[in-house]
Amino acid sequence: MSKKATPISIEALLSTREIVIACGPGGVGKTTTAAAAAAMAAAEIGGKVLVVTVDPAKRLADALGLKGIGNDVAKVPKRVFTAAGITPRGSLSAAMLDTKQSWDALIAAHAPDAATRWKILGNPLYQNITGRFVQSHDYIAMERLYDLHATGEWDLIVVDTPPTRNALDFLDAPERMADFFSSRLLRWLITPSRSSLVGLATKPFTQVADRILGTQFLADITEFFMSLESMYEGFVERANAVQRLLADERTSFIVVSSSETVPLREAEFFVDELKKRELDVGAVVLNKVLPATLSDRTVNATAQAVLAHTSEIAEALSEQLDAEPEAIERVLVRVVESFDDFAVVARREDQSRKKFAQRSAGVVTVPYFDHDVHDMGTLLELGTVLLGTAS
Amino acid sequence: MLAEQGKSVLACEVDAKGDLASAFELSSVGFAPTSSSNGVKVMSMDTEASLREYLKLHLKVPIVGRIGPLAKAFDFVATAAPGVKEILTVGKLCYEVRAKNYDVVVVDASATGHIVGQLAAPQAIQSLVKVGMIRGQTDWMLDILSDPAQTGLVIVTTPEEMPVAETLQLARDVSAETTVDLASIVVNRVLPERFGPGEESLFEAMKAERILKEIDGIVDGNVLEVLRAADLATTLRRNGAEHLVHLRQGLPAGTPIVLLPYLFQRTDGLRTTTQMATHLAEELT
Repeated sequence: MSKKATPISIEALLSTREIVIACGPGGVGKTTTAAAAAAMAAAEIGGKVLVVTVDPAKRLADALGLKGIGNDVAKVPKRVFTAAGITPRGSLSAAMLDTKQSWDALIAAHAPDAATRWKILGNPLYQNITGRFVQSHDYIAMERLYDLHATGEWDLIVVDTPPTRNALDFLDAPERMADFFSSRLLRWLITPSRSSLVGLATKPFTQVADRILGTQFLADITEFFMSLESMYEGFVERANAVQRLLADERTSFIVVSSSETVPLREAEFFVDELKKRELDVGAVVLNKVLPATLSDRTVNATAQAVLAHTSEIAEALSEQLDAEPEAIERVLVRVVESFDDFAVVARREDQSRKKFAQRSAGVVTVPYFDHDVHDMGTLLELGTVLLGTAS
Repeated sequence: MLAEQGKSVLACEVDAKGDLASAFELSSVGFAPTSSSNGVKVMSMDTEASLREYLKLHLKVPIVGRIGPLAKAFDFVATAAPGVKEILTVGKLCYEVRAKNYDVVVVDASATGHIVGQLAAPQAIQSLVKVGMIRGQTDWMLDILSDPAQTGLVIVTTPEEMPVAETLQLARDVSAETTVDLASIVVNRVLPERFGPGEESLFEAMKAERILKEIDGIVDGNVLEVLRAADLATTLRRNGAEHLVHLRQGLPAGTPIVLLPYLFQRTDGLRTTTQMATHLAEELT
């Protein structure tokens, strides 16, 4: 278990870890942060870097010079870096996580024979699990990560986690998968249908289940899990290996959030949960931080002075600006209103950030960017801030 | 807001994060509804409790006690039979609607990635389960969910790139995979327009060095820092407006879009909830 006594910079994280996982609440720029960190690692640190995203944002694909990011790994062309004025020391590739395809590949890898494989792939339950239901995303994300890491092809893999509200499902997913396959209840369900002596309907549990669910469904379930059982050992072994990899000191987590109340509260929860699991929280990135001048006392005083002197300023400037003094006054009032509005937010967020920094070290703040990240240049600009400002 | 119009309202939170509790300033919210100070009943979804209630209501057999530790069996069933959690969530809500215990049931649903799975659960179950009690159960749930007069999905978003993209994706998925009617889109945290016509260019002109120096002299400070806040506001608002346009273009024509302002003062608690309710009421009338 790696327990860092002192926080290290994101740059150090990116150069020492093999896997960096970005997690945190939705809508705080997690995907962009992961991509920026990966791009920066490829540009400045070197080595073969892979970013795995769950978000098929077209803008990100565009920024990386890719037509689209698919389930297969695609290499970012070097010219994308040179266009941004950078000669990358390493290379960058990207892949998106496609749940269904990944599941199919997993089944194909573990099925003992072709018959079992088709039986599983064709089972209506399987199609529903993989296509529609929720937890499967979490597990497969970790599974895919393990797979990519196991190829040994990458020096660094940066992972953007699924936007799961139930925050850490994805961390427990491998363990739950293993538990599930080794559960006695599963055996219990499978056993009666194997034995001709003990009929399905003799057990009280199946009796109830039968009434609620119907026989066909039960039969589907049983068939599904019987086929899966043949893959039991492989699955459990894999799930445990994935679990170990996450706890390994080659892996670190970056919690991404903004400084607003709700995301920050969620970020606290993430940090606590990661620590509880003895996983390494390498850094906390707080995006969209407002300029420090907003909470600066002197600047605030200036804003109030402007408000107190609007007519004086308007008179003085009317001729130069070629505008009515009333119009100038109106604009000045609006400007100060705007300043006050954001100053309130900035002060509140400063406070919450301070509180947060007390409980979690390694907080990196990233200012509001006045433009969206749309190409390698802006991505690296963000990356520079990420790497440069560890506190 | 609905509560103030004298209707009885149940607000339900699907993922147990406790945000509703803080929005209504309640100490905790459980499966059994709690009354908030403004009369809204608040509950938090708990699929196990929902299953318990379901078994009690529908099976009417003492067998529940004999299954032994229900939690264990439940864990198993929920993991083994995909969609059980989803159906229990949707089922409980539909039950409250059918039983007419409340005039309105408002659901704070799970994140975008999960909601389609939940809303589509009855259909998924139907395609899996051909007979049995569950089958009969899903029929009436679908009736409720498919009826635009009874169920409407409101997608709440913000004028930013990702949320807008997710909203458009969700709107597509919902119409493709479920029978639920997309009632409207609420866009939260919309920044106010500060400058009237012509004022923005005047503001730009003020940023000339000569002008700034003059103002600096009058107020004895560095006014550029103050102007920058307005700059930030303008940029953010303009970016937001672009995303709003994108949102409008991406939605089926005629989908109502409600805009709610960015609240600078507080982002939490009952006061905010009330403020937002007032804005919502204004927008809707």
